[in-house]
Amino acid sequence: MNFDKELDAKGLNCPLPILRAKKALAEMTSGQVLRIMATDPGSVKDFAAFAKQTGNELLSTAEQGKEFEFYIKRK
Amino acid sequence: MNMPTDQAALDALIRQRLDEILPQKLEELKASKTPSMSIIATKGTLDWAYPPFILGSTAAALGWDVQIFFTFYGLNLLKKDVGDLKVSPLGNPGMPMKMPFGPDWFKGIDWNKFLMPNLIQSNLPGFESVATMLMKQTIKNNGVATIDELRSLSKEADVKFIACQMTVELFGFTHDDFIEGIDYAGAATFLPVAQQSDVCLFM
Repeated sequence: MNFDKELDAKGLNCPLPILRAKKALAEMTSGQVLRIMATDPGSVKDFAAFAKQTGNELLSTAEQGKEFEFYIKRK
Repeated sequence: MNMPTDQAALDALIRQRLDEILPQKLEELKASKTPSMSIIATKGTLDWAYPPFILGSTAAALGWDVQIFFTFYGLNLLKKDVGDLKVSPLGNPGMPMKMPFGPDWFKGIDWNKFLMPNLIQSNLPGFESVATMLMKQTIKNNGVATIDELRSLSKEADVKFIACQMTVELFGFTHDDFIEGIDYAGAATFLPVAQQSDVCLFM
C-alpha cells in the first residue's frame, strides 16, 4: 500500500504509539496516508478506537510475528 | 372552531414530527460535542504519576478537552524536576518486586511473594531508593514513557493543568517550584468544569 509518511513506534508502549501517531497526522494533509509500525499488542485495539474517535480512517491492520502494521488515512 | 380538537391534532402532529426528527438531531448534537474529561490527581509517587498523564495525554490525542486538577501530594507531579518521584513498597503489597535484568527465569521471580514480609523490606535502609531504581529500569526496558515525557506531551496537546492554591500554600510551595503554564485556583474553579465533563476521575 502507498503511504506518505512513516512512523516507527516499535518498542514503544501505551500510550506513546497513539500520541506519536496523533502528532504525525497533525503534520499531514487531508487524504494522506500514515504507515505505523508497532510492537505493542494493545495497539491493535487502540488504533481502531483512535481512528473511530478521531474520524481518521484505519485502512488496514496487519500482524507479522510480533510486529503490527497500521495504515491510517488522515481525515 | 373547536379549539380542543385542533390543539389535540396539533399536539399529535408535533409528537409525530418530534419522533421522526429528534433521534437524528440528538445524534448530530452528540457528534458535534467535544468530549471532555476532568481528573483530580492527589498522589505524588512515581507509580501514581502515570494514570493522570497517560489518560490526559491520550484523551487529548482523541480530541477531548482535558483538565487535571492537582491537589495535595499530586502537586509533586507539577514540580520542575519530576526525576525524584519515588515508589514505595511500604503498604503496597500489590507491587510486584521483579528484577529488570538477568535471565528470564530470574526476571520472572516476584520477590515480594516469598522473600520477606513487606513491612520488613520497607524498613531496610535505602529500600525505597532501590525499589524506585528497579521500577525506573523496568519502565525503560518496557518502552514506557517517562513522567517528564508524558507531562510534556500532555502540555503540548493543551491539557489544562490546575494547581490547588490552598495545598500549594499548605505545603509551603511557591509558584517557582512548578513548571510554567499552570493555573492556580480552588475547588470552585474545578467543580463547574467537572460538572460539564463527560468523564470525571479521582486519582
